[in-house]
Amino acid sequence: MKFSEQWLRSWVNPEASTQELVDKITMAGLEVDGVEAVAGEFSGVVVGEIVACEQHPDADKLRVTQVSTGEETVQVVCGAPNARVGLKAPFAKVGAVLPGNFKIRKAKLRGVESFGMLCGPDEIGVGEACDGLMELAADAPTGQDLREYMQLEDRIIDVDLTPNRGDCLSIAGLAREVSANYLVDVTVPEVAAVAPATDDTFPVSLDAPESCARFVGRVIRNVNVKAQSPLWLVERLRRSGIRSIDPVVDVTNYVMLELGQPMHGYDLNRLKGSIHVRFAKEGETLLMLDGTEARLSTDTLMIADEEKTLGIAGVMGGEHSGINDETKDIFLEVAWFEPVAIAGKARSYGLHTDASHRFERGVDSGLQRKASERATQLILDICGGEAGPLVETASEEHLPAERQVTLRASKVASLLGIEIDNQRIEALLTCLGLKLEATAEGEWHVEVPSWRFDISIEEDLIEEVGRIFGYDNLPTTVPFAEQTLETIEEAKVGLPALRRVLVSRGYREAVNFSFIDPALHQQFDPAREPVALSNPISSELSVMRTTLLPGLVKSVQYNQHRQQSRIRLFESGQTFIREGEGELKQELWLGGALTGNRLPEGWNSGSEAVDFFDLKGDVEALLAAGGNAADFSFQAGKHPALHPGQTAEILHKGEVVGVIGALHPALIKSFGLNGSVFVFEVKVSAVEQGQVTDFNELSKFPEVRRDLAVIVEESVAAAKVTDVIRETAGESFTGVRLFDVYTGKGVEDGYKSLALGLTWQHPSRTLTDEEVNQQFEAVVAALGREAGANLRA
Amino acid sequence: MEHLQSLTSAALAEVEAATDASGLDEVRVRYLGKKGELTAQLKSLGKLSAEERPAAGQRINEAKQQVQQAINARREALESAALEAKLAAESIDVTLPGRGQELGSVHPVTRTMERITEYFQTIGFQVEDGPEIEDDYHNFEALNIPGHHPARAMHDTFYFDATTVLRTHTSPVQVRTMERFAAESKNPPIAVVCPGKVYRCDSDQTHSPMFHQVEGLYVAEKASFADLKSVLSDFLRVFFERDDLAVRFRPSYFPFTEPSAEVDIEWGRNEDGSIKWLEVLGCGMVHPKVFEASGIDPNKYTGYAFGMGVERFAMLRYGVKDLRQFFENDLRFLEQFR
Repeated sequence: MKFSEQWLRSWVNPEASTQELVDKITMAGLEVDGVEAVAGEFSGVVVGEIVACEQHPDADKLRVTQVSTGEETVQVVCGAPNARVGLKAPFAKVGAVLPGNFKIRKAKLRGVESFGMLCGPDEIGVGEACDGLMELAADAPTGQDLREYMQLEDRIIDVDLTPNRGDCLSIAGLAREVSANYLVDVTVPEVAAVAPATDDTFPVSLDAPESCARFVGRVIRNVNVKAQSPLWLVERLRRSGIRSIDPVVDVTNYVMLELGQPMHGYDLNRLKGSIHVRFAKEGETLLMLDGTEARLSTDTLMIADEEKTLGIAGVMGGEHSGINDETKDIFLEVAWFEPVAIAGKARSYGLHTDASHRFERGVDSGLQRKASERATQLILDICGGEAGPLVETASEEHLPAERQVTLRASKVASLLGIEIDNQRIEALLTCLGLKLEATAEGEWHVEVPSWRFDISIEEDLIEEVGRIFGYDNLPTTVPFAEQTLETIEEAKVGLPALRRVLVSRGYREAVNFSFIDPALHQQFDPAREPVALSNPISSELSVMRTTLLPGLVKSVQYNQHRQQSRIRLFESGQTFIREGEGELKQELWLGGALTGNRLPEGWNSGSEAVDFFDLKGDVEALLAAGGNAADFSFQAGKHPALHPGQTAEILHKGEVVGVIGALHPALIKSFGLNGSVFVFEVKVSAVEQGQVTDFNELSKFPEVRRDLAVIVEESVAAAKVTDVIRETAGESFTGVRLFDVYTGKGVEDGYKSLALGLTWQHPSRTLTDEEVNQQFEAVVAALGREAGANLRA
Repeated sequence: MEHLQSLTSAALAEVEAATDASGLDEVRVRYLGKKGELTAQLKSLGKLSAEERPAAGQRINEAKQQVQQAINARREALESAALEAKLAAESIDVTLPGRGQELGSVHPVTRTMERITEYFQTIGFQVEDGPEIEDDYHNFEALNIPGHHPARAMHDTFYFDATTVLRTHTSPVQVRTMERFAAESKNPPIAVVCPGKVYRCDSDQTHSPMFHQVEGLYVAEKASFADLKSVLSDFLRVFFERDDLAVRFRPSYFPFTEPSAEVDIEWGRNEDGSIKWLEVLGCGMVHPKVFEASGIDPNKYTGYAFGMGVERFAMLRYGVKDLRQFFENDLRFLEQFR
C-alpha cells in the first residue's frame, strides 16, 4: 500500500525523520518497500494565470499568451490545446529548474519571444501526461509557489503489508501502529453524523447473512457528479496510486484509503425494486465495466436488484448500475463481507481490486456507519445534494463476535525467552488498542478490538508483545541443548559422497527442471503415462519426469551447441511414476551422461572417443562406493532411448535398479548431437546402502596363479564365464581377472577368446600344485559344460 | 726398482686415461692380472737377497694397492658420470600438464544446500526429506493455510488436480516429520532440516518455477524465540564467514508460525552510511494449529521453524546475478564451482 507521509502525519506525528519512521514501522512488521518524492525536483514554478491568449502569427498549433505571475505579466508561447483565458496552470518562470535539471530560459518560438513555460503534470513530475496543461483550481492563488500550493514537500511511502495485517490498509490503521510504536496520540478527524435532508431510502435484503452481515445504505439526491474533486483530494489519491475519476468515486476511494472501508456508489435511478445481497444463481452473468460479460459461479456473493446483477460483492460493480455523467441521485453501499466469502473470488474472475484486496484480508466490522457518514459528508461538500437517513441492515448473529483471549505472562516468557514484567506487557498491548483485564497475577483477559481480526489465540498476543517490545530487543540465548543424537550409519554412503565419486571422475553436476516436454518424455519412456500438471508454465514444462535421462541429454545438447565437445554431467533428483490408481512413486535417482574424448585434450592424451566401458567404469566405481560391489551385476537389456546392442540393466541382488547404455542413434540424430553419447541412471536407495567391512585375515602363505584362455561363442557373456569360475574354483579360490578378449585371426568366426587369470590362496598352509591343478581342471570342465568353452590351443 | 716406479706411474696414467668400464678393465688385467706387469714384478723377488726381499715385496704390494685404488676410484667416477649422463638424458619438462581426468564439480545449489545442512547437522539436526508431489493437506491445510487464505494466492501453486500439488515450500516436511514422531509414539525433541526442491508457478528473471529451500524445525519442551534468534544468527555468521555480520529479526507473517519473523542481513551500506538490509530467510515459533494437525501437544511443547531459499544464498555467496543460470547447466557456468 502506498500512502502520503504528510497524510499520515496529519493523523499522528512522531518526532522522527522520514527514514526513522520508515525504519521503525519496518521493524514493527510493516515492511517499507520504498520511499519516493511525490513530485519531481523543481523550483521557480508558481501558479500562473492566463490573462490573454491569441493565435501565434506563424504557427497553427501555438498560441501567444500573457501569463500573470502575481507580480508581473509575461508573454509566453504555448502549444497546449487547453490554453485559454482564465486558466490557472503551473508556470515555470525564466530561471526555473524543472526535473532533469532542465533550465527555463528566455526563448523565441517562431519569431515570438517567450518568457517561461506553462507546464503539464508530467513536466513537473506530479502525474502522467495529459493532453495539455495541468489545470489548477480557479481559486488557486496566482503567484503562489507551486510546491507550497500543492504541498509537494511530501513523500510516498510504499509499505508491503503481510496478509494478516488488513487492518493497516488505511491511514487510520497505519496511524494506530505508528502511535503504538512511538507512544504518541492519534488525531482522528471528526466524523459527525449527517442529518438527513430527505426521507428517501432504498430497501436492502441480506439473503446470505452469513456472508454479508451488515449493509449500511444511504440515498443522496441531487448530486452534481460533474463537480471537480478538490486538489487535496486528488493529490492524496494520486499519492496513494489512485487516479481521480469523478467526485463520487474519488470520495469512496478516499474514505477507503482513510478508514479502510471499501464502498460503492450506485446510480439510484438505475436500481429496480430493492437490493439483494445473495449468491449467484446458476447461469447468471454480470456485465463488467470493460464491456465483457462474466459468468458467475454459484459460490460468488453478489449484489443484485430485482431485475439484474449489479456487481460482485466486495470485488467490483458492474456496468449496469454505475455512476455516470447523467447521474443525479446516488445510493451509497457500505457493507461488511465475511472474508472467506470474498477470498479468491476476484482472482477467479481474473480481477484484483482495492476492495477485494481489503475484504479478503478483513475489514473492521464496526466501521460501516462511520465510513458512510464520512463519505456522505465529503460528497455533500464537493457535489452538493441532500442526504437521506443512514439505513443499516444487519444480522447481528452473523457479525464477528467479540474476542476475548487469555494471556499468561509465563507463556510470554517461555515463547519469547525473556521475562517481561506485567506492567510492561499491559502497556505494550494497551497502546495497540487492546483492553486488558487482570484475572490473576500475570494473567489477563484481553479484549481484542474489532479491527484486529488477526488476533485470536494467546500466541497472537505474544507476537504483539514481542513486536512492540522489538524483536531486536529480545535476547539471543545459547539454545537449550535438548537433543537426542541419532546413530550415524557407516554403511550408508549418502548422496554427497556419491556425488564426490563422480566429481573425482570428471563429472559436473547438472540441475534440470523436474517437469519436461511430453514429446521428450515420449522419446525416453513411451510405455509410461507421465503425471501431468494442470496449470503448467508452458507445454514444454508440463509433465513430471519419470527418468533423469531426458534432462541430461538436453543438457548435453545445450552444451554441444555451445562448442563443448567433451561433456560429463550427472544429476540427482526425484522421478515421478504413477503406479496404479492414485499411487505415485517418488524416488531419488542418480544419472549421468558422457560424450566426447576419453581424456581432456592434451599433449599426450590422444583423441580417442569414450565408449560404453568408460561410462561403465565410472558407474562401477559408484556402485562400489558402499563396499558391496559384488551385489551388483549387469545384463544386456533394452531401453526405448538406447542402442539395442549397447544397453545393460543394472541389477542389485537380481533386482533391476538402473540402466546404462549408448543413446540410440535415432535420438542422436533427432537431438542433432555429435558423436556417441552414453548415459546411465540408478536408483539412489540401491546404491547408498552399503555394508560395513567384515575384515578377512591376511594369509601368510603364497598365492598361486593359473592363466587360462578359452574359446566361447560370441554370444556367451563374459560374466557367465567368470560366474562359472567363481562357482567351481573351490574354497581357496580368491579371484579372477579377465585380461584379454580376442576375436580375429586364429579364432573361428562367431567365437571369441577370453584370457583369464585365476588365483588361489589358503589361509593356513601352502597349496600344493596338485590341489591347484585339480581345481583348475574342475574349472575347465565346468566351463566346457556350462559355457561351451574349449581351452584355446 | 726404478722400473717399478715407472711401471706404477704408467699404470696410474692409463687408469686416468680410461674412458669406460671395459677400457679400465683392460688396464687392470694388464697390470694387476695374473699375468699383469705389476704381478710379474713379484716373480722377480726371487732374484733378490733374503734381506732385501721383504722391503721390495712390500713396495710392490703398495704399488699394486695404489693402482687398484686408482682403478676403483676411476670406476666409481666413470659409473657416476654414466649415471649422471643417463639421468640427464631422462629429464622431462615437469611443467607439462598431467595426464588423466580433470576434476568435475558439484552444482553451486547443491554445494550451498550441503553447506547449510552441514551446519545444522553439526549442531545436532537430522536431515529429512519428503515428496515433491504433495497433497494439499500437507502443503497447506496442516500448515494453517486453509483454502480461502490470501497466503495461497502468494504461493502460485502448480496443481495436478484439486488436492495434489507440487509442494510450494519445504514446510510440509515439518508436518510429515512431526506426524511420524506422533505415529511412532516418539516424543520430542525433534531437530530436523529438510533440503529440497520446491515449485511455484512463476517464471521470470527473478523467479524460477523450480528452486530449492532448506527447512528447519526444532521442537522441545523449552524452545523459545530467543533460541531461534541465536541459532539463526550463528548460522548466518558461519555461512557467510563473518563474525561481525549484522543480522536483524523483523516481524512478519507466515500462517504456520506465531510469532513470525523475517531475517535480514547486512549487505553493503547506503550512501548515508546506514546498513543496507537484505532479507534472507523466514522463521517463527511453530503455530499451535500446526502442532495440533501433526499430533504434537501444543500445551507441552514449543518449537521454532525456519526456511530459506538456497539459490538466494548461492547468489549472494558466489555473486551469481541471474537466477536462470542455475538451471541452464552450461559447462562454463558449472566449471567455476568446485
